[in-house]
Amino acid sequence: MTNVDLDGVSRWYGNVVAVNDVSMSLGTGVTGLLGPNGAGKTTVLHMMAGFLAPSRGTVTLGGEPTWRNPAVYRRLGLVTEREAVYDFLSAYEFVLASARLHGLAQPEAAAQRAIDLVELADAQDRRVGTYSKGMRQRARVAAALVHDPEVLLLDEPFNGMDPRQRMHMMELLHSLGGAGRTILFSSHILEEVEQVSGTVQVIVSGRLAASGDFRTIRRLMTNRPHVFAVQSSDDRRLAVELMGQPSVNGVDIDRDGLTVRAGDYGSFTRALPKIALASGIRVRRLLPSDESLESVFSYLVEA
Amino acid sequence: MTTISWITARGLFGRRRFLLLFPLPMLLVLLAAMSRAAGVDPGQWGSPIIYGLGLGVVLPVIALIVGTAVLGSEIDDGTLVHVLTKPLPRWQIVLPKLGVATLVTALTAAIPLYVAGVLANSIRFGLGLAAATAVGALVYSALFLALSLVTRRPVLLGLVYVLIWEGLLGNVVSGTTVLSIQHYVMTVADTIAPTTLLEGRVSLPVAIVMSGVFTIGFTVLAIDRLRSFSVAGETS
Repeated sequence: MTNVDLDGVSRWYGNVVAVNDVSMSLGTGVTGLLGPNGAGKTTVLHMMAGFLAPSRGTVTLGGEPTWRNPAVYRRLGLVTEREAVYDFLSAYEFVLASARLHGLAQPEAAAQRAIDLVELADAQDRRVGTYSKGMRQRARVAAALVHDPEVLLLDEPFNGMDPRQRMHMMELLHSLGGAGRTILFSSHILEEVEQVSGTVQVIVSGRLAASGDFRTIRRLMTNRPHVFAVQSSDDRRLAVELMGQPSVNGVDIDRDGLTVRAGDYGSFTRALPKIALASGIRVRRLLPSDESLESVFSYLVEA
Repeated sequence: MTTISWITARGLFGRRRFLLLFPLPMLLVLLAAMSRAAGVDPGQWGSPIIYGLGLGVVLPVIALIVGTAVLGSEIDDGTLVHVLTKPLPRWQIVLPKLGVATLVTALTAAIPLYVAGVLANSIRFGLGLAAATAVGALVYSALFLALSLVTRRPVLLGLVYVLIWEGLLGNVVSGTTVLSIQHYVMTVADTIAPTTLLEGRVSLPVAIVMSGVFTIGFTVLAIDRLRSFSVAGETS
């Protein structure tokens, strides 16, 4: 298991602070690096990949610094956002060259395995210059995976992929994370992160705004009312009973049922069954409706 | 051939920029052949064509095009990251690229200079020019390769060195010849095949030592700069 650790990392360009005192530790599994455009995601990723020196703090991979240390690339694979590939090579030549530069014992077999992994075998002998954006992206992922790295960093990996390719890439990241790899991918598209990873590092304006499972993060945001969708055998009577509860801030009623805004997640979820039991009301449906990553994210960005 | 050399050579010959290498050498050979065919005294045309055009323009300009392309074009289009994310000591990236740049420059510039040297004087003079051109190709390539890592405008800075420092100041202020690759090349050629067409203005020991200092110094600089190569984020 190889961890990537950032300890008190800042990066500034002149007077502009791009990343401000960020500490995080990435372990095995898939982690999403989330933030609006311009938040500092790419800067963090480049520091992790050894392509940018932190102005302050340390960035290590498996305990070794990544800056000015090419040896870390034995354990690290990187897919940058910029879709630069050697257009004059075929995908096979490109991935094979990567395998050779890694000094692998059987570069041909490793290149073929990596190309098969990203499902590019049919087009592997065509020049990369003739590829679609999604195919080029897969060729770059294959080159980054050719040495079977313990850590894989990807900057906006789903850019330019069609839905099927996107799904395949998500499955690939899932399986790599499940196999004990440390995978970090950045994205500003919430659905992507939500589908691939429960664990997020949220960067807002260069600072680490939140870290961990996004559902847990949401529950810890006690200053934000939690919104629940409730359907019961008698919505109007349940609404009256709920308004008497100190943990409930407000209830809306419409044809689909109740929308309850609770101030305290724990108190409300404990109180609801008791109220329903005491009033003889059957609760048919109880859904937290703002535990999506989108609501967590918008709360963090607004904060 | 190492994988780095292979990628570098494929990149060099796969870009249209490569076509820029040919007009100048062809012009050099054409002018020398026409002068010879017209029966003009080599003392009249030898120096302007071989020194003025060959060593003053063809060699440094070809070295500039190739030397800044072997690393600079990969920096410009972002493909260098593929090489840098490999567990290679950075000298294993710089030296093959320097080797390719030197070889391509030497072949492209030395052949026409050899032909011009033979037409102007003798085979020995042609061989002396070719050998000196090969030395110059190495030194210029080291300089221009390092420039592509220390500045975003390596071609402009290289042109300033070739045209202003060597071309202008080198002929006006005698002290500048000590830092002029062109004059090292002339001295080496003049030593191998002494003629009245070329006259080295620095001594052979100075030419040899300074060629070594330029080559090693700029190669070490390039290796060090590549170790600290930063990639700025596009969306950061």
